[in-house]
Amino acid sequence: MSAANGGFRTPSGGRVDRAQRIRFEFDGRTYEGLAGDTLASALLANGVHLTGRSFKYHRPRGILAAGSEEPNALVTVSRDAARVTPNLRATQVELYPGLIAESQNRWPSLQRDFGRINDALSVFFPAGFYYKTFMWPRKAWKWLYEPMIRRAAGLGRAPTRADPDRYAQRYAHCDVLVVGAGPAGIAAALAAADSGARVMLCDESAEFGGSLLSDTSALIDGQSGSAWVQNAVASLAGNSRVTLLARTTAFGYFPHNLVGLNQRLNDHLATPPTHQPRERLWQVRARAVVLATGAIERPLVFPGNDRPGILLAGAALTYLNRHGVRIGTRAVIVTSGDAAYQAALDLKAAGVAIAAVADLRPEAVGALPDAARRAGIDILPGSTVLGTEGDLRVNAITLGSVQGDKVQAGRRIRCDSVLMSGGYTPSVHLFSQSRGKLEWREDLAAFVPGTSAECERSAGACRGVYDLADAMADGAAAGAAAAPEPSNTRRRFNVDALERRSQAYLGVLPQAEAQSKDKAFVDWQHDVTTRDLGLATREGFRSIEHVKRYTTTGMATDQGKTSNLNAMAIVAKHLDVAIPQVGLTTFRMPFTPVTFGSMAGISRGDLFDPVRTTPTHAWAEAKGAVFENVALWKRARYFPRGGEDMHAAVARECRAVRGACGIFDASTLGKIEVAGPDAAEFMNRLYVNNWSNLGVGRSRYGILLREDGFIFDDGVVARTGADRFHVTTTTGGAPRVLALMEDYRQTEWPELRVWLTSTTEQWAVIAVQGPNARRVLETLVEDIDISSAWPHMSVGRGRICGVPMLLFRVSFTGELGFEINVPADFGRSVWEAVYAAGQAHGITEYGTETMHVLRAEKGYIIVGQDTDGTVTPDDAGLTWAIGKNKVDFVGKRSLERPSMKAAARKQLVGLRTKDPRTVLEEGAQVAAKPGQKPPMELIGHVTSSYASSVLGHSIALGLVAGGRARLGQTLYVPLPGGDLEVEVTAPVFYDPAGARINA
Amino acid sequence: MLLIVCPYCGKRPEIEFAYGGQAHLARPNQPSQLDDQAWAEFLYMRTNTKGIYAERWRHSRGCGRFFNALRDTTTDHFLAFYKTGEAQPTLLGSGAPPTPRESAT
Repeated sequence: MSAANGGFRTPSGGRVDRAQRIRFEFDGRTYEGLAGDTLASALLANGVHLTGRSFKYHRPRGILAAGSEEPNALVTVSRDAARVTPNLRATQVELYPGLIAESQNRWPSLQRDFGRINDALSVFFPAGFYYKTFMWPRKAWKWLYEPMIRRAAGLGRAPTRADPDRYAQRYAHCDVLVVGAGPAGIAAALAAADSGARVMLCDESAEFGGSLLSDTSALIDGQSGSAWVQNAVASLAGNSRVTLLARTTAFGYFPHNLVGLNQRLNDHLATPPTHQPRERLWQVRARAVVLATGAIERPLVFPGNDRPGILLAGAALTYLNRHGVRIGTRAVIVTSGDAAYQAALDLKAAGVAIAAVADLRPEAVGALPDAARRAGIDILPGSTVLGTEGDLRVNAITLGSVQGDKVQAGRRIRCDSVLMSGGYTPSVHLFSQSRGKLEWREDLAAFVPGTSAECERSAGACRGVYDLADAMADGAAAGAAAAPEPSNTRRRFNVDALERRSQAYLGVLPQAEAQSKDKAFVDWQHDVTTRDLGLATREGFRSIEHVKRYTTTGMATDQGKTSNLNAMAIVAKHLDVAIPQVGLTTFRMPFTPVTFGSMAGISRGDLFDPVRTTPTHAWAEAKGAVFENVALWKRARYFPRGGEDMHAAVARECRAVRGACGIFDASTLGKIEVAGPDAAEFMNRLYVNNWSNLGVGRSRYGILLREDGFIFDDGVVARTGADRFHVTTTTGGAPRVLALMEDYRQTEWPELRVWLTSTTEQWAVIAVQGPNARRVLETLVEDIDISSAWPHMSVGRGRICGVPMLLFRVSFTGELGFEINVPADFGRSVWEAVYAAGQAHGITEYGTETMHVLRAEKGYIIVGQDTDGTVTPDDAGLTWAIGKNKVDFVGKRSLERPSMKAAARKQLVGLRTKDPRTVLEEGAQVAAKPGQKPPMELIGHVTSSYASSVLGHSIALGLVAGGRARLGQTLYVPLPGGDLEVEVTAPVFYDPAGARINA
Repeated sequence: MLLIVCPYCGKRPEIEFAYGGQAHLARPNQPSQLDDQAWAEFLYMRTNTKGIYAERWRHSRGCGRFFNALRDTTTDHFLAFYKTGEAQPTLLGSGAPPTPRESAT
C-alpha cells in the first residue's frame, strides 16, 4: 500500500487527483498526499490525527474540523528562513510538492511533550491563574514570571527575518458583493448577475461550492451537487460583469459597505511566480452585500471531548467525499440532529465500521435515521457521553443513557474515531461587524441576523436556513433583491435531498452523578473547560464579556468559532438566566488571521511614510550631517567634523555663529501667502498682532491663538504688498494653520476677499546669521541695500546670483541675520554660492540642534516645546506682541476670562543650575520646597535645556507657577538622586538689550 | 470607512476628509459683549446628539472646501450634504441604511 493511500484513502471518489502524488513533510517526516488535498486531509489519509498540543495543558490534539473554524491543527509552514508562516490551520493549507509543515507548542516532540505535565498539575492552573499566582515577589514578574509564561504559552513563533514577499492592495467597486460561494452564495450571484449587476463573489476556499462539494447525495436540477457547481461557476465566469475570487477571505466589514478581502494568490504553489504578489488586499465598496457565509457545526461538550480522533461529523463527511479519506476504521457518532446520519451512511458505504450512532434525542425518527436503520446501523436514542479513553488517539467511548433527569452508565465502545454533531452555529461574524442586530432563535438555539445596519442581507445557513432547497431559494431571492435593477428572469432550483432536521444542542451533555474527572473542553484553542466557566461564575463574574476576559474563552485566534455558544449556554445555566440575557460577545475583524504583509502592502521600508527633504539635503548628506525627523521632514541636526560627538559639534557651531557667521537651511518653515483686498483685515481678525500699521517691506513676529486663548502657532509675517502677506509658521504646524485659516475664511468670514495659498515647498530658505552675515551677502545681493540703514525686520525683493529673491532681515539667533528666500529649484545653487562667499568670513553650516541652543540663549520659544496648548501669550511673556486697541481677534475674548489672568498661572522663566555643568532633563518637574517625598507639591516643569558653550554654563527654560514673581528665588528639581538647586532668572540669557541683532 | 458626498466633488471615501465638529455654530460678532458664561457656552458646549446631527466636514485632501452634513449618529448613515451657509435641510428620510437602488444613485 502506498503512502499516499496510507490505508485511509478510499479507492475512488473525492475531488483529489489520484494521478498527482505529492510528497510533503510534517514534523520532519515525509508523507505522500494527492493534488487537491489540504494538509489536514493528507495527514488523515496517512492515519495522522495528532497534529498539535493544546495551549495551556499541552494535551494531545487532533484535527477537529475541515475548514477555517479549526481550533487545534495549527501549524507553521515554511518555505525558507524568511518565509515562515505560523498558526495556519492545517485544514486550509493546500498541499504542494515539497511543503514543509511543523506542529507547534510542543517540546521536544509532538508525541513526547514535556509540557504535558501541566495537564496533571492543572489544579494549579485554574481560570485567572496568572492574576492569582504570580503576585509575589513583584520584581520576579519581570525576570521570571513573564518570560516563563510567554515561553510556555502562545502558539507558533514569528519569523526572524524580514518578509521578502510583495503584497498588493486594490480598491474595487461593485453593485453586489456576495461573500461565500456555497449553495446560497452561488444562487445569489447567479440571480444578481441575471439583472446585469456588477457582481463580485468571493470564498475563502480554493474551490467554490461550499457544502455541495462534500455532499454526494443531493441532486440539483437533476445533477450532482459538484456538477451543478461546475456549471454555475462556468456561467458566472463567462459573464464579464462578474468577478470571482477564490482563496479570498472577507475578513472585515466596515461602515458604508466597505468590505476587506484578503486574497492568497500563490501560497498553494510549490514555486510561486516571482512576478506575482503573495497576497492582495481588496477594499471593496459594494452598493449591496449578500452574506452567504454558511454555518459552523457545533461540537459537543463532554468529558474527554478533545482526544485526537474526535472530529465534527460534517468534517468527516468532507474528508470522505471531497478528499477520499476515511477518518478511521471504526467510528461512534454522537449527534443531536439528522445531518450526522449522512456521515454515518456515507462512511459505512466507504468501509468505515459505524459502531453506533448515539443520538441525544429521546427518539431518532425521520428520513435519514430511517435510512441508517435500513443500512443496519445501530442507533441508540436518548444517549449521552460520559467519557473517552486513549492517550494520543481516542480508543474507547463510554456512553450513558438518559432517563428523565437521571443518567445511567451505558455501553463502553471501542473505536478509533468519534464524530460529533451538535447542530449548527450560523456564521454571523461579518453581519455583527456591520453593526447589524442579532436575534436569538430558540428553535435553532442560535443567534441569527436580525435588523441590518447596512445595505446588506444574509442568505442561507448563515441566517439559520439550513435546508438545501430553502437555502438556495433564499440566496436567489437575496441576490435579486440586492441588485439595483430588477431582473426579467427568476431563478428556481429543483433540489432533491433527504430531509435533515437539525436539533442544535447547547452546553454540557447530561452527566451521571459520579462524574468523570476528565476535562470537558468548551474552547479547544484556549483550553477553556466547563470547570473554568463554572469557577468564573462562582467568583462573581456575570457578564459574558467579563467571563470571556477572565477565562479567555473565545479569545484565541479562532475567536471562538466553535465555542462561543456553548460557553454562553454554560454560563447562562450557572447563572440561571436565559441565553440572550447573558449577552453576546462582540465579533471583531479579522474573521481569520490576516498577515501584516497584506495590511502593510507597499507601505514598508522607504515607503512606510512619505519623507520630505529640503533643496540642500544632498549637500548636507555629503557634509556628513546627522538628520532628525521633524514632522515628515528630514532636517540636518548637526554637522560633526573629525569624529565630533553632538555635544562638541553643537558647541563649535554655536561659537561660529556668535563669533563669525553660520548658514542654516530653514526651508521647512511653513509658508502661507495671504492675498486679496481684505488680506490685512483677515490677518487682523486672526492673529493677535496689529497688521494695519505694518508697512510694505516690513515684517513682524506674529502669534496665532486658538479661540480658547492658547498659543496655536507663531512665525514671522511679512507684508509684501498692500494686499499681500507672506506668513511663516512652525515646521510641523503649517497644515493645521492653513486648515484653521481656511475654516475662518470659508465658514465665518466668507465676505472677506482673501485667498490662501500654501507656498512652503515653493521657497528654499537660507538663513545667514552672525556678525559677519552682512559681509558675506554684500557681494551677492542685488537690488537691496542691506547696509545698517535696512533695519531689523525689513523685507525686500531683489536678486541673488541672478535669482529672484525675497530677503528678510530677521534673526532666530539673536545675531545680525538674514533669511534668503529663493525659488526652491535654485536653493542648492544659491546655498553653495553663499557658502563659497562665506569662506572668507568664517561661515559654518549649522543644524537644528545649534538653532535650538541659540534661540534658547535668547529666550525665544518654540511652540510645542515651550508651550503645550495651555499657554497664553502672557504666560510666555509675549503680551507685547498683542495689538493695542484691537477690539477682537481669535482668542481675545478668552484671554479676558478670570482664570486666564490668574497670578498663579505658569509663566515662562529661565532656570540656572547651581552647578553650571549640570544640564537639566527636559520635562523634569520643579518644586518650591526641597526634600519632598511623593506625592510632592510641584509648581512647574523644564521645557528646554541645553549646555551653552558661548555662556559657559547650562541654560534652561521652564514654565513655573507665578514664575515672573520668583526671579532670583532658588527652586528645586527633584530627581532620583536628590534635588538639584536652580535659580529663577529672566528667560533671556544672551544680549538682553538686543545690541547684536540691530547691528 | 464612511462614504461622504462632497457637494463640490461627489462621492469620496472618508480618508479624504477631515471632521469639523458641530455645524451651525456661528462665532459671535462681538465676543467682548458676551459675559464669561455665554462665551464659555460658545467655546466649549456642544450637543452630543443621539440621532440626527448636523456636522461639518472638510474635503481636506480634495477641493479643500468645508460643507455640512446630516448624519444619524446611531447608524452613521448620512441623510444630507449641503454647502456652508445653506440652511439645514428639512428631513425627508431616516438614518436607515440605503436600499440597493438608493445607493446606486
